[in-house]
Amino acid sequence: MSNDTPKLPNLSRRTLLQVGAGAAGGAMLPAFSFPAFAAGDHPAIGTWPAGSSGNSVSLGAAVPRTGTYAVQGEDELKGWQLAVEHLNEGHELARKISPKTKKGVLGKEVKLLVADSAAKPNEAVQAQQRFITENKIVLMTGSTSSAVAVALNKLAQREKVLYVAGISGSNDTTGKDCVRYGFRQNFFGQTAAAAIAPVMIKQFGKNKKAAYMTPDYTYGHTVTKSMQDVLAKAGWTTVTNQVSPLGAPDFSSYLLNVANSGADVLINVNWGHDAVLSIQQAKQFGVLDKMKLVVPYQIPFLARETGGLMEGVYAATDYWWTIEDKYPLAKMFNAAFEKKFGYKPEWGAENAYISFIHWARMVEETGSFYPPDIIKTWEKGETIPSLVGDVHYRPQDHQAIRPVIIVKGKTKKEMKNKEDWYEVVEIVPGEGLMQKPDEFGCKLGDYT
Amino acid sequence: MINWANLISQMFNGLVLGALLALISSGLTIIYGTLGVLNLAHGAMFMLGGYAGYVAYTYTESFVVAVAAGSLFVMVAGVIMERVIVRHFYSRPDSDQLLVTFGISICFVELVRFCFGSLSLTVPPPKLFAGITSLGFMFYPTYRLAVVGIIAVALLVLFIVLYKTRLGMIVRAGIEDSVMVSSLGIDVYKVFMVVFGIGAMAAGFAGIVNAPVVSLTPDMGEAILVQTFVVVVIGGVGSFPGAIIGGLIAGEIISITSMINPGYAYVMLFAAMTLVLVLRPRGLLGSASRE
Repeated sequence: MSNDTPKLPNLSRRTLLQVGAGAAGGAMLPAFSFPAFAAGDHPAIGTWPAGSSGNSVSLGAAVPRTGTYAVQGEDELKGWQLAVEHLNEGHELARKISPKTKKGVLGKEVKLLVADSAAKPNEAVQAQQRFITENKIVLMTGSTSSAVAVALNKLAQREKVLYVAGISGSNDTTGKDCVRYGFRQNFFGQTAAAAIAPVMIKQFGKNKKAAYMTPDYTYGHTVTKSMQDVLAKAGWTTVTNQVSPLGAPDFSSYLLNVANSGADVLINVNWGHDAVLSIQQAKQFGVLDKMKLVVPYQIPFLARETGGLMEGVYAATDYWWTIEDKYPLAKMFNAAFEKKFGYKPEWGAENAYISFIHWARMVEETGSFYPPDIIKTWEKGETIPSLVGDVHYRPQDHQAIRPVIIVKGKTKKEMKNKEDWYEVVEIVPGEGLMQKPDEFGCKLGDYT
Repeated sequence: MINWANLISQMFNGLVLGALLALISSGLTIIYGTLGVLNLAHGAMFMLGGYAGYVAYTYTESFVVAVAAGSLFVMVAGVIMERVIVRHFYSRPDSDQLLVTFGISICFVELVRFCFGSLSLTVPPPKLFAGITSLGFMFYPTYRLAVVGIIAVALLVLFIVLYKTRLGMIVRAGIEDSVMVSSLGIDVYKVFMVVFGIGAMAAGFAGIVNAPVVSLTPDMGEAILVQTFVVVVIGGVGSFPGAIIGGLIAGEIISITSMINPGYAYVMLFAAMTLVLVLRPRGLLGSASRE
């Protein structure tokens, strides 16, 4: 038997009276009492409007504080902490990047929630899911592993909560695994390869033999592939590619293969402590005396941890503090960071800081925390300030078009102070380094 | 086509890797064999040995002092851990033992992270063993060659303690049947404490001896613990000779596979463990009582 009669909820008289009184009271309140709803008649989406209905908004960071990428994770965390502090106090640097910023974001205090991801996607996703459910965060960040960035991209799209990537070098993050709700500021495999390859060809010549050391996940595979593709145009060949698991306790077996490969150049794509250990062991095995070392995706603190082994080594990076001579905002950032944390910021901190301030700018420009509107503001692709000059985000894949900095390790004699590890060889403008927006298969997905 | 020079290099390297794994695993296996406690803090003790040795080296610049300090510190830490915490868990379920040793492991790691930070630290090899040696078919770091000798001596000492002393006889009997040993009027708990100390010391010794080969980080014990378990399972739980054979097999598997396809080096290690578990669940040299 069909039953087309709509069912009424089982309401008691008391409940009806309460609801009725509430509705009547609500109608009498002036509209500006509910700024979150005032932007329009949007239905609730993700953590909006619940996450921004109070006096503060929460941002969730899932960052590796343990494991192979712990050192870099701590540096990133400091960048986010400084950004939150600057936003809440309306610091001059934050206002230079986000002119509408006064104190907080849209007048709301910003709170940072932090969880240890250990660079593992499942732990990062669990932590962020908890922040979404319990704290109604309005923005997610975190990664130092692209595997985490890709996982959080997917979570962001599913939960409709914005995500700005931490360190993530994989082409996939804004390539085949891109999402409407995810944005990346930092450089990546393709731009690193396109920036450093001409320098390598100029230094080492054409038709060289390269050995690769590659961590076995999306970052490693895409960076190595980009390097191989770009260098192949100058006749470079790959004689061996040593793929190793994240956090390998020893690299001797891989290094023996490299030593016996007859390569001219060792391109080490390993990251975090894996890079430190593999470079130290490469020295022990005499590999660094046989061939030149190149690090296409620079690792914060690598020069310090390897103690002199980066001398004369070329690397591509997102940021190096000595560019402050050219960029006034970098100088302000370095000064503020060093005052708070006692050392010159590395690029993990720079990316973390600028990602948050860029997000704040987009929210201020939008005038609301409603995520689809913020995305649309971002997708206007306006030229905006950053710590490395003016940049813009590409609407098709949400990747920032920004310069890549090529550095070369200084000798001890050349170092002017204990943190003067690199000389800046070149600052390569971002526009010419980018692949076509659809080349890596990016399909952004829906707004709602 | 096989590159013979590379194959010989890798086989040799497998031996060096295997020696280290054998030493760490022997500590784990004699603790499990005697006490029946699977010590998940064993990797952390390996790490503690490295850091304690690093501190001693910083003050004395003597590698010998560093090795002695690293080993003794971890032995004392092991004894304290056994007396204060672990002994209360002998009669409790395996899961409780796993949880408590895992918890202790986290405490050790975070304590070290708190004191030393996450940045890696290095201990240089002794001057006598610095540099590279030509073996004819390959160049090899001199210190890694020395490590084989140092570990061989350490394993020999452990062998003598286990097979040529009264204590060793009790330990081996305890591995076979601890109830029987106890009923013979031997204070099993005192033996347990000594065994825990020796097992921990083996890990600590390996930690500082291995320090010049790797760089020290608070998490360094995590990856090595997993490999150590694989070695123990392959060799036979509770078997000292099994740990040595298992270590050497594991080292060779990692090295030789990396030559053929580096991405599968660690996969093959687990495949070998699975194969052993299927064909001989007690491990290659394990006794049936611990199956």
